[in-house]
Amino acid sequence: MVSLDHYLALSAILFTIGTMGVFLRRNMITVLLSIEIMLNAANLSLVAFGRYWGAVDGQIIVFFVVTVAAAEAAVGLAIVIALFRLRESLDPDAFTSLKW
Amino acid sequence: MGLELSFFYVFAAIAVVASALVIGQRRPVYSVMLLIASFAALAGLYILLDSPFVAVIQIIIYAGAILVLFLFVVMLLNAPTEAGPWERLAAGPRRSGIVLGAVLAVELGWALWHVPMTREPVGAGASGQTIESVRTIGQVLYTDYAFAFEVTSLLILVAMVGAVVLAKRHV
Repeated sequence: MVSLDHYLALSAILFTIGTMGVFLRRNMITVLLSIEIMLNAANLSLVAFGRYWGAVDGQIIVFFVVTVAAAEAAVGLAIVIALFRLRESLDPDAFTSLKW
Repeated sequence: MGLELSFFYVFAAIAVVASALVIGQRRPVYSVMLLIASFAALAGLYILLDSPFVAVIQIIIYAGAILVLFLFVVMLLNAPTEAGPWERLAAGPRRSGIVLGAVLAVELGWALWHVPMTREPVGAGASGQTIESVRTIGQVLYTDYAFAFEVTSLLILVAMVGAVVLAKRHV
């Protein structure tokens, strides 16, 4: 029988992978993809907890998370497009005008 | 080993391997494709959790809409292949990134180890009751969460306008 532990452990692994992606990658599209991985890891633990307690709220919060993820992807990708027009690059290190 | 446990391990392995490869890929197109595979495996896990509504949302909205948007942007930008994800591994920020990621993994493992209730099978907490029907979800969504639901529509409107304004050449 699959225990809640299994799902939480998988969620933790996925979240760590997403975090490492944000830290290690130098491509803004891949960084956004890593953020999606982290959101999905959170979703998995929400659904697992909802199943555990027999509550509907977990699935509803997942619904909101998906909506926010869609909005985040749309705006984030628009910013990526605008930045790419500016510097012809997707490397975050190319955008350091505000650094001092 | 039960059938459910085998399915869990298969889906979990697909999800973890695909996600790790998303991080390791040089080409963004491959990354997006692998992420779709990962999300499909997660949808299988949601089915195992008796949550078909979330599984369908995962496939239709995540794989079908959000990641297709990513694919379009990747193709639109004709993005240059990254010099190599691991080549500048010795750089300072990157080393601290690895350290911070390892610390996060240790913390999460420690937290999991110290939560007492989770050794029971999933679904044991609430007298085997499951929320499978979309009707139940819809009723709670339109009553208890009605305000959040309406605010969500506003959020989507703002995101839509923001995306158009940001990506337009001349506003």
